[in-house]
Amino acid sequence: METYTFLRQLADSWFLLAMTLVFLGVCVWAFRPGSRAMHRDVANSIFRHDDRPAEANPAKKEA
Amino acid sequence: MWDYLKLAGLGLVAVLAAIAANYARDLAYQVNAITVMLAAGIAFLWVLRTAGDPKPDLSHEYMDGVVRAGAIATTFWGVIGFLVGVVIAFQLAYPQLNFDWLQGYGNFGRLRPLHTSAVIFAFGGNALIMSSFYIVQRTCATRLWGGSTAWFVFWGWQLIIVLAATGYILGGTQSKEYAEPVWYVDWLITVVWVAFLAIFMGTLFKRKEPHIYVANWFLLSFIVTIAMLHVVNNMAIPVSIFGSTSVQVTAGVQDAMIQWWYGHNAVGFFLTAGFLGMMYYFVPKQAERPVYSYKLSIIHFWALIFLYIWAGPHHLHYTALPDWASTLGMVFSVILWMPSWGGMINGLMTLSGAWDKLRTDPIIRMMVVSIGFYGMSTFEGPMMSIKAVNSLSHYTDWTIGHVHSGALGWNGMITFGALYFLVPRLWNRERLYSLSLVSWHFWLATIGIVLYASSMWVTGIMEGLMWREVDANGFLVNAFADTVAAKFPMYVVRALGGTLYLTGAIIMAWNLWMTVKAQPAKAPVNANNAVPAE
Repeated sequence: METYTFLRQLADSWFLLAMTLVFLGVCVWAFRPGSRAMHRDVANSIFRHDDRPAEANPAKKEA
Repeated sequence: MWDYLKLAGLGLVAVLAAIAANYARDLAYQVNAITVMLAAGIAFLWVLRTAGDPKPDLSHEYMDGVVRAGAIATTFWGVIGFLVGVVIAFQLAYPQLNFDWLQGYGNFGRLRPLHTSAVIFAFGGNALIMSSFYIVQRTCATRLWGGSTAWFVFWGWQLIIVLAATGYILGGTQSKEYAEPVWYVDWLITVVWVAFLAIFMGTLFKRKEPHIYVANWFLLSFIVTIAMLHVVNNMAIPVSIFGSTSVQVTAGVQDAMIQWWYGHNAVGFFLTAGFLGMMYYFVPKQAERPVYSYKLSIIHFWALIFLYIWAGPHHLHYTALPDWASTLGMVFSVILWMPSWGGMINGLMTLSGAWDKLRTDPIIRMMVVSIGFYGMSTFEGPMMSIKAVNSLSHYTDWTIGHVHSGALGWNGMITFGALYFLVPRLWNRERLYSLSLVSWHFWLATIGIVLYASSMWVTGIMEGLMWREVDANGFLVNAFADTVAAKFPMYVVRALGGTLYLTGAIIMAWNLWMTVKAQPAKAPVNANNAVPAE
């Protein structure tokens, strides 16, 4: 089969199905039980390290 | 050792560029070669003067110097890009402004790509690079990966802008809309972009936060997708290594499809995904509240990723493109409306419980208007992609109005908001110089956009209707020149709207300048400005 025809048929059959399923899977995963606490933590992570990185290397700080 | 290698490399580049300038087959190539030679020479001197300097360990500080440079470059290129836009808007209204003595250099045809590239890639590109470097450090709680590679990305990008801009004026273009830079500039873009990607990924890999904040997802998708689009759309074989002309590998309808797959995803990933990354960081920060729904932001992201890449064919309705392809593009464009509005709602609702800030904080006002324009243009876009609507709107000024409500409203306003947010923090100043100047900027820009978009709707729909008008015998009623004459008043209104927008940007530049110049620095909470005591 010609490459073009093969890709054209793959694109609107199995690959389309696979991508739709992956997308639905991602949505379901976002709503999984127990994700709420984690999402709240991530959403608030932008308020944590405004001024400097998390752990200043303690050994070098002395120098 | 590394410094010697850099010196050797830069020297080699300078010599090769000088040789290339000597053998140049066209003026654009020659001027570009001389520019590269000068840039390599300046970089050589800089590396020579700083070679062997002690390198203090800065891993406990953020790398903000390059973000500061990005803020300056964003403001500078913004004003330049808007200025060129105003000039060409007046050239369209008053053709006499295509002066005889500038023929071939300063006429509309040469200046138009200069305007589009300056606002998208110089203003928008610098805004995105600046924001990426700022956001990825704060949300990963770690310094940028790769040391001075970030400076290579910054200066490499400025060099690309200068090469492209001078090239356009002198006739160096590969004639692909929004991908005009010639083949060797495309190669340079690829190198700089891969370095940008490496820095971003490297910083994500060494993050101190367990999770990757959603803004970084958008920014990473923007960097990765632009790399892919750029490489595929610019597959070209140079005619000579000493000339700017090249021949595209694909031809005909394949080339057209690749061009608009690139073109629309440049909108989708450069001007949408990248700027959504900015929205998901700067809006919650300025509102001092976390994003309304983190789950919605995840779905927004994946829906955008899965849908946007298919929307390109709507630029080629009623052409040689197969019907199924343009229908596919239309369907995906219409579906895209949903995630876009999901994102808009998420951005706006971040302010729920803090709507009073709209009264007191002109920066929040700017961001909210920006999200509003995101919503309006992502409604207008899908509507225009419907074949029946497109048969009226295509090739008319409606398209230009749509692009500008997105670009001036969404991209421009969110960038202004980000600059007002960043400059006091980056230069460690107490506050902005003047909030009332921010209000002036806000109203000038908003009224400018309203004038621009509404005049383009009127003229676009008018010329679409005039083009298709037939008399009782089936003959066309209007000549093309009739539509040009009818559009004159709207062209003047559009140019005035652009002038207001430019005035607002100049006020912003002054305000940001005075924020740094007229106020003393705060006590250094972060030692970014100072080299630590050894």
